[in-house]
Amino acid sequence: MNDKRYVARSTTIASRALGEETMVMSAADSTLFTLDEMATVIWESVNGITPIEEIVRNKICTRYAVAPEVALREAEAFVDKLAGHGLLLVSDKPIARPGASPKESR
Amino acid sequence: MSVLIGEMAAKALKMGVPLSVQLDLTYRCNERCIHCYLDHADHGEMTTAEITDLLDQMADAGVFYLTISGGEILMRRDFFQILEHARERTFCVKLKTNGVLIRKKEAARIHALGVESVQISIYSHRHEVHDAVTKMPGSLRQSIEAVRLLRAHGLHVVLANVLMKQNAADYHGVRALAAELGAKFIIDPTITPMMDGDRSILNLNVDEAALREVFRNQALVGNVEEFCTPPQGPDENALDMLPCSAGHTACYVSPYGDIYPCVQFPLPSGNVRRTKFAEIWRHSPQLNEVRSITLRDMPACSQCTHGGTCTRCPGLAYMEGNMRGPSYQDCEKSFARTGIPSENLKSRKASSRPIPPLQLVQIQGLRPAGHTLMPKPSEAEAVNA
Repeated sequence: MNDKRYVARSTTIASRALGEETMVMSAADSTLFTLDEMATVIWESVNGITPIEEIVRNKICTRYAVAPEVALREAEAFVDKLAGHGLLLVSDKPIARPGASPKESR
Repeated sequence: MSVLIGEMAAKALKMGVPLSVQLDLTYRCNERCIHCYLDHADHGEMTTAEITDLLDQMADAGVFYLTISGGEILMRRDFFQILEHARERTFCVKLKTNGVLIRKKEAARIHALGVESVQISIYSHRHEVHDAVTKMPGSLRQSIEAVRLLRAHGLHVVLANVLMKQNAADYHGVRALAAELGAKFIIDPTITPMMDGDRSILNLNVDEAALREVFRNQALVGNVEEFCTPPQGPDENALDMLPCSAGHTACYVSPYGDIYPCVQFPLPSGNVRRTKFAEIWRHSPQLNEVRSITLRDMPACSQCTHGGTCTRCPGLAYMEGNMRGPSYQDCEKSFARTGIPSENLKSRKASSRPIPPLQLVQIQGLRPAGHTLMPKPSEAEAVNA
Protein backbone atom coordinates (compact mmCIF):
# COMPACT_ATOMS: atom_id res chain seq x y z
CA MET A 1 0.00 0.00 0.00
CA ASN A 2 1.25 3.46 -0.89
CA ASP A 3 0.98 5.76 2.15
CA LYS A 4 2.46 8.74 0.36
CA ARG A 5 0.30 11.80 -0.17
CA TYR A 6 0.45 13.78 -3.38
CA VAL A 7 -0.82 17.34 -3.47
CA ALA A 8 -1.67 19.69 -6.33
CA ARG A 9 -3.18 23.15 -6.53
CA SER A 10 -6.75 23.29 -7.77
CA THR A 11 -7.20 24.84 -11.20
CA THR A 12 -10.04 27.01 -9.93
CA ILE A 13 -7.91 29.10 -7.60
CA ALA A 14 -6.32 32.48 -8.11
CA SER A 15 -3.05 33.22 -6.38
CA ARG A 16 -0.27 35.74 -6.25
CA ALA A 17 2.77 36.27 -4.06
CA LEU A 18 2.85 39.56 -2.17
CA GLY A 19 6.20 39.92 -0.47
CA GLU A 20 6.85 36.75 1.52
CA GLU A 21 3.15 35.96 1.69
CA THR A 22 0.79 34.54 -0.90
CA MET A 23 -2.80 35.54 -1.58
CA VAL A 24 -5.04 32.66 -2.62
CA MET A 25 -8.67 32.97 -3.64
CA SER A 26 -11.14 30.21 -4.26
CA ALA A 27 -13.30 30.79 -7.33
CA ALA A 28 -15.96 28.64 -5.73
CA ASP A 29 -16.79 31.00 -2.90
CA SER A 30 -14.48 34.00 -3.46
CA THR A 31 -12.89 33.47 -0.06
CA LEU A 32 -9.46 35.05 0.23
CA PHE A 33 -6.67 33.36 2.17
CA THR A 34 -3.16 34.54 2.89
CA LEU A 35 -0.33 32.09 3.35
CA ASP A 36 2.64 32.93 5.53
CA GLU A 37 6.22 32.37 4.44
CA MET A 38 6.44 28.66 5.31
CA ALA A 39 3.01 27.92 3.88
CA THR A 40 4.05 29.77 0.74
CA VAL A 41 7.03 27.45 0.32
CA ILE A 42 4.73 24.44 0.48
CA TRP A 43 2.18 26.11 -1.82
CA GLU A 44 4.82 26.77 -4.44
CA SER A 45 6.30 23.29 -4.14
CA VAL A 46 3.22 21.13 -4.53
CA ASN A 47 3.07 19.82 -8.06
CA GLY A 48 1.01 16.65 -7.89
CA ILE A 49 4.00 14.38 -8.36
CA THR A 50 6.25 15.08 -5.38
CA PRO A 51 4.97 13.49 -2.13
CA ILE A 52 4.34 15.99 0.66
CA GLU A 53 6.88 14.18 2.86
CA GLU A 54 9.56 14.88 0.28
CA ILE A 55 8.57 18.53 0.01
CA VAL A 56 8.79 18.92 3.76
CA ARG A 57 12.15 17.15 3.88
CA ASN A 58 13.73 19.07 1.00
CA LYS A 59 12.07 22.49 1.15
CA ILE A 60 11.10 23.05 4.78
CA CYS A 61 13.57 21.15 6.95
CA THR A 62 16.51 22.50 4.95
CA ARG A 63 15.32 26.08 5.40
CA TYR A 64 13.81 26.21 8.88
CA ALA A 65 14.98 24.88 12.23
CA VAL A 66 12.12 22.47 12.76
CA ALA A 67 11.98 18.77 13.56
CA PRO A 68 10.94 16.72 10.49
CA GLU A 69 8.02 15.03 12.27
CA VAL A 70 6.71 18.37 13.55
CA ALA A 71 7.11 19.98 10.12
CA LEU A 72 5.30 17.07 8.44
CA ARG A 73 2.46 17.17 10.95
CA GLU A 74 1.99 20.91 10.43
CA ALA A 75 2.29 20.62 6.67
CA GLU A 76 -0.34 17.88 6.56
CA ALA A 77 -2.69 19.94 8.72
CA PHE A 78 -2.15 22.90 6.36
CA VAL A 79 -2.78 20.73 3.31
CA ASP A 80 -5.94 19.24 4.82
CA LYS A 81 -7.27 22.68 5.70
CA LEU A 82 -6.73 24.05 2.21
CA ALA A 83 -8.06 20.86 0.64
CA GLY A 84 -11.19 21.36 2.74
CA HIS A 85 -11.68 24.72 1.03
CA GLY A 86 -11.07 23.21 -2.40
CA LEU A 87 -7.76 24.99 -2.89
CA LEU A 88 -5.62 21.86 -2.93
CA LEU A 89 -6.20 18.38 -4.30
CA VAL A 90 -4.86 15.43 -2.32
CA SER A 91 -4.38 11.87 -3.53
CA ASP A 92 -2.47 8.72 -2.66
CA LYS A 93 -1.42 8.57 -6.30
CA PRO A 94 0.46 11.19 -8.34
CA ILE A 95 -1.90 13.83 -9.71
CA ALA A 96 -1.02 14.27 -13.35
CA ARG A 97 -3.26 16.63 -15.25
CA PRO A 98 -2.90 19.88 -17.12
CA GLY A 99 -3.00 22.93 -14.93
CA ALA A 100 -2.02 21.12 -11.75
CA SER A 101 0.91 23.48 -11.43
CA PRO A 102 -0.16 26.89 -12.67
CA LYS A 103 2.58 29.27 -13.70
CA GLU A 104 3.15 31.25 -10.57
CA SER A 105 4.72 34.64 -10.25
CA ARG A 106 6.70 35.74 -7.28
CA MET B 1 -14.11 45.21 2.04
CA SER B 2 -13.05 42.36 4.30
CA VAL B 3 -10.30 42.94 6.82
CA LEU B 4 -8.00 40.58 4.97
CA ILE B 5 -8.56 42.25 1.60
CA GLY B 6 -7.93 45.61 3.30
CA GLU B 7 -4.69 44.31 4.78
CA MET B 8 -3.53 43.01 1.42
CA ALA B 9 -4.42 46.32 -0.24
CA ALA B 10 -2.48 48.22 2.43
CA LYS B 11 0.51 45.95 1.96
CA ALA B 12 0.34 46.34 -1.82
CA LEU B 13 0.20 50.12 -1.41
CA LYS B 14 3.25 50.06 0.83
CA MET B 15 5.14 47.82 -1.58
CA GLY B 16 4.05 49.74 -4.69
CA VAL B 17 2.34 46.69 -6.18
CA PRO B 18 -0.40 47.10 -8.81
CA LEU B 19 -2.87 44.78 -7.14
CA SER B 20 -5.74 45.42 -9.59
CA VAL B 21 -5.85 46.07 -13.31
CA GLN B 22 -8.77 46.55 -15.66
CA LEU B 23 -7.86 45.44 -19.15
CA ASP B 24 -10.22 46.38 -21.97
CA LEU B 25 -9.75 43.91 -24.81
CA THR B 26 -11.74 45.90 -27.37
CA TYR B 27 -13.97 48.92 -27.72
CA ARG B 28 -16.04 47.10 -30.36
CA CYS B 29 -19.51 46.15 -29.21
CA ASN B 30 -22.65 44.47 -30.47
CA GLU B 31 -24.83 46.92 -28.55
CA ARG B 32 -25.10 50.68 -29.03
CA CYS B 33 -26.02 51.90 -25.58
CA ILE B 34 -27.21 55.48 -25.50
CA HIS B 35 -24.95 56.38 -22.56
CA CYS B 36 -21.79 54.67 -23.84
CA TYR B 37 -18.61 56.75 -23.87
CA LEU B 38 -16.77 54.65 -26.43
CA ASP B 39 -15.83 54.96 -30.08
CA HIS B 40 -16.63 51.42 -31.25
CA ALA B 41 -14.23 51.39 -34.20
CA ASP B 42 -11.05 49.34 -33.99
CA HIS B 43 -8.08 51.71 -34.07
CA GLY B 44 -5.49 48.96 -33.80
CA GLU B 45 -6.19 46.67 -30.88
CA MET B 46 -3.37 44.72 -29.29
CA THR B 47 -2.83 41.32 -30.87
CA THR B 48 -3.25 38.06 -29.03
CA ALA B 49 0.52 37.80 -28.60
CA GLU B 50 0.75 41.35 -27.28
CA ILE B 51 -2.00 40.70 -24.75
CA THR B 52 -0.61 37.39 -23.51
CA ASP B 53 2.81 39.00 -23.14
CA LEU B 54 1.20 41.85 -21.22
CA LEU B 55 -0.54 39.33 -18.95
CA ASP B 56 2.82 37.72 -18.23
CA GLN B 57 4.30 41.12 -17.39
CA MET B 58 1.37 42.00 -15.14
CA ALA B 59 1.57 38.67 -13.29
CA ASP B 60 5.28 39.24 -12.72
CA ALA B 61 4.52 42.75 -11.43
CA GLY B 62 2.14 41.30 -8.83
CA VAL B 63 -1.27 42.00 -10.35
CA PHE B 64 -3.83 39.75 -8.65
CA TYR B 65 -7.27 41.12 -9.54
CA LEU B 66 -7.76 41.27 -13.31
CA THR B 67 -10.98 42.72 -14.68
CA ILE B 68 -11.42 41.92 -18.36
CA SER B 69 -13.81 44.32 -20.00
CA GLY B 70 -14.57 46.30 -23.16
CA GLY B 71 -16.52 47.04 -25.42
CA GLU B 72 -17.93 43.56 -25.59
CA ILE B 73 -15.20 41.09 -24.67
CA LEU B 74 -16.68 38.25 -26.72
CA MET B 75 -16.35 40.32 -29.90
CA ARG B 76 -12.70 39.20 -29.81
CA ARG B 77 -12.35 35.84 -31.49
CA ASP B 78 -9.34 35.13 -29.30
CA PHE B 79 -11.22 35.88 -26.08
CA PHE B 80 -10.97 32.36 -24.67
CA GLN B 81 -7.33 32.08 -25.65
CA ILE B 82 -6.68 35.27 -23.65
CA LEU B 83 -8.82 34.12 -20.73
CA GLU B 84 -7.10 30.75 -20.65
CA HIS B 85 -3.71 32.46 -20.50
CA ALA B 86 -4.91 34.78 -17.75
CA ARG B 87 -6.03 31.83 -15.67
CA GLU B 88 -2.80 29.93 -16.34
CA ARG B 89 -1.09 32.92 -14.75
CA THR B 90 -3.50 32.53 -11.80
CA PHE B 91 -5.12 35.96 -11.94
CA CYS B 92 -8.37 36.42 -10.04
CA VAL B 93 -10.44 37.17 -13.15
CA LYS B 94 -13.65 39.16 -13.25
CA LEU B 95 -15.44 39.55 -16.57
CA LYS B 96 -17.63 42.44 -17.67
CA THR B 97 -19.93 41.66 -20.60
CA ASN B 98 -23.43 42.24 -21.90
CA GLY B 99 -23.82 38.45 -22.10
CA VAL B 100 -25.50 38.49 -25.51
CA LEU B 101 -22.89 36.15 -27.03
CA ILE B 102 -22.82 33.75 -24.10
CA ARG B 103 -24.45 30.42 -24.93
CA LYS B 104 -24.17 27.01 -23.26
CA LYS B 105 -20.70 26.36 -24.66
CA GLU B 106 -19.32 29.75 -23.58
CA ALA B 107 -20.86 29.51 -20.10
CA ALA B 108 -19.34 26.07 -19.59
CA ARG B 109 -15.93 27.30 -20.74
CA ILE B 110 -16.03 30.35 -18.47
CA HIS B 111 -16.89 28.09 -15.55
CA ALA B 112 -14.20 25.57 -16.41
CA LEU B 113 -11.59 28.32 -16.45
CA GLY B 114 -12.32 29.30 -12.85
CA VAL B 115 -13.50 32.86 -13.41
CA GLU B 116 -14.29 34.60 -10.12
CA SER B 117 -17.36 36.52 -11.30
CA VAL B 118 -19.18 37.79 -14.37
CA GLN B 119 -20.78 41.23 -14.40
CA ILE B 120 -23.61 41.80 -16.85
CA SER B 121 -25.25 45.15 -17.56
CA ILE B 122 -29.00 45.19 -17.11
CA TYR B 123 -30.71 48.56 -17.50
CA SER B 124 -34.26 47.53 -16.75
CA HIS B 125 -36.40 44.50 -16.02
CA ARG B 126 -38.68 45.77 -18.79
CA HIS B 127 -37.69 44.65 -22.28
CA GLU B 128 -38.85 47.85 -23.95
CA VAL B 129 -36.71 50.00 -21.63
CA HIS B 130 -33.55 47.85 -21.63
CA ASP B 131 -33.64 47.27 -25.39
CA ALA B 132 -34.19 51.00 -26.00
CA VAL B 133 -31.02 51.76 -23.99
CA THR B 134 -28.93 49.14 -25.82
CA LYS B 135 -30.62 49.86 -29.18
CA MET B 136 -30.61 46.11 -29.71
CA PRO B 137 -33.99 44.38 -29.89
CA GLY B 138 -34.04 41.19 -27.84
CA SER B 139 -30.95 42.12 -25.85
CA LEU B 140 -32.58 41.84 -22.41
CA ARG B 141 -33.86 38.35 -23.22
CA GLN B 142 -30.39 37.30 -24.38
CA SER B 143 -28.63 38.86 -21.40
CA ILE B 144 -30.99 37.16 -18.96
CA GLU B 145 -30.46 33.85 -20.72
CA ALA B 146 -26.71 34.32 -20.28
CA VAL B 147 -27.20 34.94 -16.57
CA ARG B 148 -29.24 31.74 -16.28
CA LEU B 149 -26.61 29.70 -18.13
CA LEU B 150 -23.79 31.08 -15.98
CA ARG B 151 -25.75 30.59 -12.77
CA ALA B 152 -26.52 27.01 -13.79
CA HIS B 153 -22.77 26.40 -13.46
CA GLY B 154 -22.73 28.06 -10.07
CA LEU B 155 -20.82 31.09 -11.32
CA HIS B 156 -21.07 34.35 -9.40
CA VAL B 157 -23.01 36.82 -11.52
CA VAL B 158 -23.46 40.51 -10.84
CA LEU B 159 -26.22 42.54 -12.48
CA ALA B 160 -24.93 46.08 -12.96
CA ASN B 161 -27.63 48.71 -13.26
CA VAL B 162 -26.43 52.04 -14.65
CA LEU B 163 -28.98 54.64 -13.67
CA MET B 164 -30.15 57.27 -16.13
CA LYS B 165 -33.30 59.22 -16.85
CA GLN B 166 -34.66 56.45 -19.08
CA ASN B 167 -34.59 53.80 -16.33
CA ALA B 168 -34.57 55.84 -13.12
CA ALA B 169 -37.66 54.10 -11.77
CA ASP B 170 -36.63 50.58 -12.71
CA TYR B 171 -33.84 49.71 -10.31
CA HIS B 172 -36.30 48.05 -7.93
CA GLY B 173 -37.32 45.75 -10.77
CA VAL B 174 -33.71 44.98 -11.74
CA ARG B 175 -32.92 44.24 -8.11
CA ALA B 176 -35.84 41.82 -7.93
CA LEU B 177 -34.71 40.23 -11.19
CA ALA B 178 -31.22 39.76 -9.74
CA ALA B 179 -32.68 38.06 -6.68
CA GLU B 180 -34.79 35.78 -8.88
CA LEU B 181 -31.72 34.81 -10.93
CA GLY B 182 -29.50 34.32 -7.89
CA ALA B 183 -27.27 37.20 -8.92
CA LYS B 184 -25.80 40.10 -6.99
CA PHE B 185 -27.11 43.59 -7.77
CA ILE B 186 -25.13 46.82 -7.97
CA ILE B 187 -26.21 50.25 -9.10
CA ASP B 188 -24.22 53.13 -10.55
CA PRO B 189 -25.85 56.56 -10.72
CA THR B 190 -23.10 58.24 -12.75
CA ILE B 191 -22.92 58.84 -16.50
CA THR B 192 -19.54 60.20 -17.58
CA PRO B 193 -18.40 62.05 -20.74
CA MET B 194 -17.69 60.32 -24.05
CA MET B 195 -14.15 59.48 -25.10
CA ASP B 196 -14.16 62.22 -27.74
CA GLY B 197 -14.93 64.84 -25.10
CA ASP B 198 -18.62 65.11 -25.94
CA ARG B 199 -20.44 65.84 -22.70
CA SER B 200 -23.94 65.69 -24.19
CA ILE B 201 -24.60 62.25 -22.70
CA LEU B 202 -24.32 63.80 -19.25
CA ASN B 203 -27.87 65.00 -19.91
CA LEU B 204 -28.87 61.38 -19.32
CA ASN B 205 -27.84 61.64 -15.65
CA VAL B 206 -30.71 61.29 -13.20
CA ASP B 207 -31.82 64.40 -11.33
CA GLU B 208 -31.15 65.20 -7.71
CA ALA B 209 -34.50 63.87 -6.53
CA ALA B 210 -33.77 60.45 -8.03
CA LEU B 211 -30.29 60.45 -6.50
CA ARG B 212 -31.76 61.35 -3.10
CA GLU B 213 -34.14 58.42 -3.37
CA VAL B 214 -31.32 55.99 -4.18
CA PHE B 215 -29.20 57.27 -1.30
CA ARG B 216 -32.08 56.79 1.12
CA ASN B 217 -32.83 53.23 0.07
CA GLN B 218 -31.72 51.02 2.95
CA ALA B 219 -31.46 47.98 0.72
CA LEU B 220 -28.81 49.76 -1.33
CA VAL B 221 -26.83 51.79 1.19
CA GLY B 222 -27.34 49.96 4.47
CA ASN B 223 -27.67 52.34 7.41
CA VAL B 224 -29.34 55.36 5.78
CA GLU B 225 -28.84 57.64 8.77
CA GLU B 226 -25.14 56.92 8.86
CA PHE B 227 -24.80 57.10 5.09
CA CYS B 228 -26.52 60.48 4.86
CA THR B 229 -25.06 62.07 7.99
CA PRO B 230 -23.95 65.68 7.33
CA PRO B 231 -20.14 65.84 7.23
CA GLN B 232 -17.96 67.43 9.88
CA GLY B 233 -15.18 68.60 7.59
CA PRO B 234 -11.80 66.97 7.09
CA ASP B 235 -9.54 66.50 10.12
CA GLU B 236 -5.74 66.37 9.99
CA ASN B 237 -5.74 62.64 9.23
CA ALA B 238 -8.22 63.09 6.42
CA LEU B 239 -6.05 65.76 4.83
CA ASP B 240 -3.33 63.15 4.29
CA MET B 241 -5.73 60.63 2.77
CA LEU B 242 -5.23 59.35 -0.74
CA PRO B 243 -8.14 60.02 -3.10
CA CYS B 244 -8.62 56.40 -4.26
CA SER B 245 -6.65 53.39 -5.49
CA ALA B 246 -6.19 54.78 -9.03
CA GLY B 247 -2.48 54.84 -9.77
CA HIS B 248 -1.67 53.63 -6.26
CA THR B 249 -2.63 49.94 -6.39
CA ALA B 250 -4.70 49.96 -9.56
CA CYS B 251 -4.56 51.01 -13.17
CA TYR B 252 -6.29 50.57 -16.50
CA VAL B 253 -5.03 49.29 -19.86
CA SER B 254 -6.87 50.17 -23.08
CA PRO B 255 -7.19 47.84 -26.10
CA TYR B 256 -4.39 49.87 -27.70
CA GLY B 257 -1.96 49.34 -24.82
CA ASP B 258 -2.39 52.77 -23.24
CA ILE B 259 -2.08 52.85 -19.49
CA TYR B 260 -4.20 55.20 -17.40
CA PRO B 261 -4.56 55.47 -13.62
CA CYS B 262 -8.13 54.17 -13.95
CA VAL B 263 -10.72 53.47 -16.63
CA GLN B 264 -12.42 56.66 -15.45
CA PHE B 265 -9.18 58.68 -15.24
CA PRO B 266 -7.93 59.13 -18.82
CA LEU B 267 -4.52 60.57 -18.06
CA PRO B 268 -2.17 58.93 -20.60
CA SER B 269 0.65 57.44 -18.54
CA GLY B 270 2.47 55.20 -21.00
CA ASN B 271 1.94 52.52 -23.62
CA VAL B 272 2.91 48.89 -23.22
CA ARG B 273 3.74 48.65 -26.92
CA ARG B 274 6.70 50.96 -26.27
CA THR B 275 7.53 50.42 -22.62
CA LYS B 276 7.32 47.45 -20.25
CA PHE B 277 4.34 47.44 -17.91
CA ALA B 278 6.47 47.42 -14.75
CA GLU B 279 8.56 50.34 -15.95
CA ILE B 280 5.46 52.42 -16.66
CA TRP B 281 3.98 51.46 -13.31
CA ARG B 282 7.10 52.43 -11.40
CA HIS B 283 8.43 55.37 -13.36
CA SER B 284 5.63 57.07 -15.27
CA PRO B 285 5.75 60.78 -14.36
CA GLN B 286 1.99 60.89 -14.72
CA LEU B 287 1.36 58.02 -12.30
CA ASN B 288 3.89 59.44 -9.87
CA GLU B 289 2.15 62.80 -10.08
CA VAL B 290 -1.19 61.15 -9.30
CA ARG B 291 0.43 59.32 -6.37
CA SER B 292 1.73 62.56 -4.90
CA ILE B 293 -1.73 64.09 -4.44
CA THR B 294 -3.47 64.03 -1.08
CA LEU B 295 -6.57 65.88 0.04
CA ARG B 296 -4.26 68.54 1.50
CA ASP B 297 -3.12 69.38 -2.05
CA MET B 298 -6.64 70.08 -3.28
CA PRO B 299 -7.36 73.78 -2.77
CA ALA B 300 -11.15 73.53 -2.94
CA CYS B 301 -11.80 70.08 -1.48
CA SER B 302 -9.45 70.48 1.51
CA GLN B 303 -11.57 73.47 2.60
CA CYS B 304 -14.88 71.74 1.93
CA THR B 305 -17.03 70.31 4.69
CA HIS B 306 -17.40 67.14 2.58
CA GLY B 307 -13.61 66.79 2.23
CA GLY B 308 -13.22 63.89 4.64
CA THR B 309 -16.24 61.88 3.51
CA CYS B 310 -16.79 62.71 -0.18
CA THR B 311 -15.99 59.93 -2.62
CA ARG B 312 -14.60 62.47 -5.06
CA CYS B 313 -13.40 60.75 -8.23
CA PRO B 314 -10.05 62.21 -9.32
CA GLY B 315 -10.75 60.97 -12.84
CA LEU B 316 -13.98 62.92 -13.11
CA ALA B 317 -12.17 65.95 -11.68
CA TYR B 318 -9.47 65.47 -14.31
CA MET B 319 -12.11 65.31 -17.03
CA GLU B 320 -13.49 68.58 -15.69
CA GLY B 321 -10.07 70.16 -16.16
CA ASN B 322 -8.08 69.71 -12.94
CA MET B 323 -7.12 66.49 -11.19
CA ARG B 324 -6.60 68.51 -7.98
CA GLY B 325 -10.00 70.13 -8.28
CA PRO B 326 -13.46 69.03 -7.27
CA SER B 327 -15.61 66.78 -9.39
CA TYR B 328 -18.93 68.50 -9.98
CA GLN B 329 -20.76 65.19 -10.28
CA ASP B 330 -19.45 64.05 -6.90
CA CYS B 331 -20.35 67.43 -5.37
CA GLU B 332 -23.88 66.84 -6.61
CA LYS B 333 -23.90 63.37 -5.11
CA SER B 334 -22.62 64.64 -1.76
CA PHE B 335 -25.39 67.24 -1.79
CA ALA B 336 -28.06 64.68 -2.68
CA ARG B 337 -26.76 62.43 0.09
CA THR B 338 -26.52 64.98 2.91
CA GLY B 339 -28.42 68.10 1.83
CA ILE B 340 -25.26 70.16 2.46
CA PRO B 341 -23.81 71.93 -0.61
CA SER B 342 -20.08 71.57 -1.21
CA GLU B 343 -17.80 74.61 -1.41
CA ASN B 344 -17.65 74.02 -5.14
CA LEU B 345 -21.44 74.04 -5.51
CA LYS B 346 -21.72 77.18 -3.39
CA SER B 347 -19.09 79.10 -5.36
CA ARG B 348 -20.52 77.85 -8.64
CA LYS B 349 -23.97 79.02 -7.63
CA ALA B 350 -22.60 82.39 -6.50
CA SER B 351 -20.83 83.00 -9.78
CA SER B 352 -23.46 81.21 -11.89
CA ARG B 353 -20.64 79.56 -13.76
CA PRO B 354 -21.63 76.75 -16.08
CA ILE B 355 -19.97 73.37 -15.85
CA PRO B 356 -16.69 73.87 -17.69
CA PRO B 357 -16.22 72.18 -21.03
CA LEU B 358 -13.90 69.20 -21.11
CA GLN B 359 -10.34 70.41 -20.89
CA LEU B 360 -7.89 67.59 -20.65
CA VAL B 361 -4.87 68.46 -18.58
CA GLN B 362 -1.96 66.29 -19.54
CA ILE B 363 1.08 66.50 -17.33
CA GLN B 364 3.29 65.29 -20.11
CA GLY B 365 1.26 64.44 -23.16
CA LEU B 366 2.05 61.14 -24.81
CA ARG B 367 -0.34 61.71 -27.65
CA PRO B 368 -1.03 64.63 -29.93
CA ALA B 369 -3.78 66.89 -28.67
CA GLY B 370 -7.21 65.66 -29.62
CA HIS B 371 -6.09 62.04 -29.85
CA THR B 372 -6.53 61.18 -26.23
CA LEU B 373 -8.63 58.14 -25.54
CA MET B 374 -10.99 58.73 -22.69
CA PRO B 375 -12.69 55.58 -21.53
CA LYS B 376 -15.07 55.37 -18.64
CA PRO B 377 -16.40 52.22 -17.05
CA SER B 378 -18.55 50.32 -19.50
CA GLU B 379 -20.31 48.63 -16.65
CA ALA B 380 -21.77 49.77 -13.40
CA GLU B 381 -19.93 50.09 -10.14
CA ALA B 382 -21.46 49.95 -6.73
CA VAL B 383 -23.19 53.02 -5.43
CA ASN B 384 -20.53 55.68 -5.43
CA ALA B 385 -21.92 58.48 -3.35
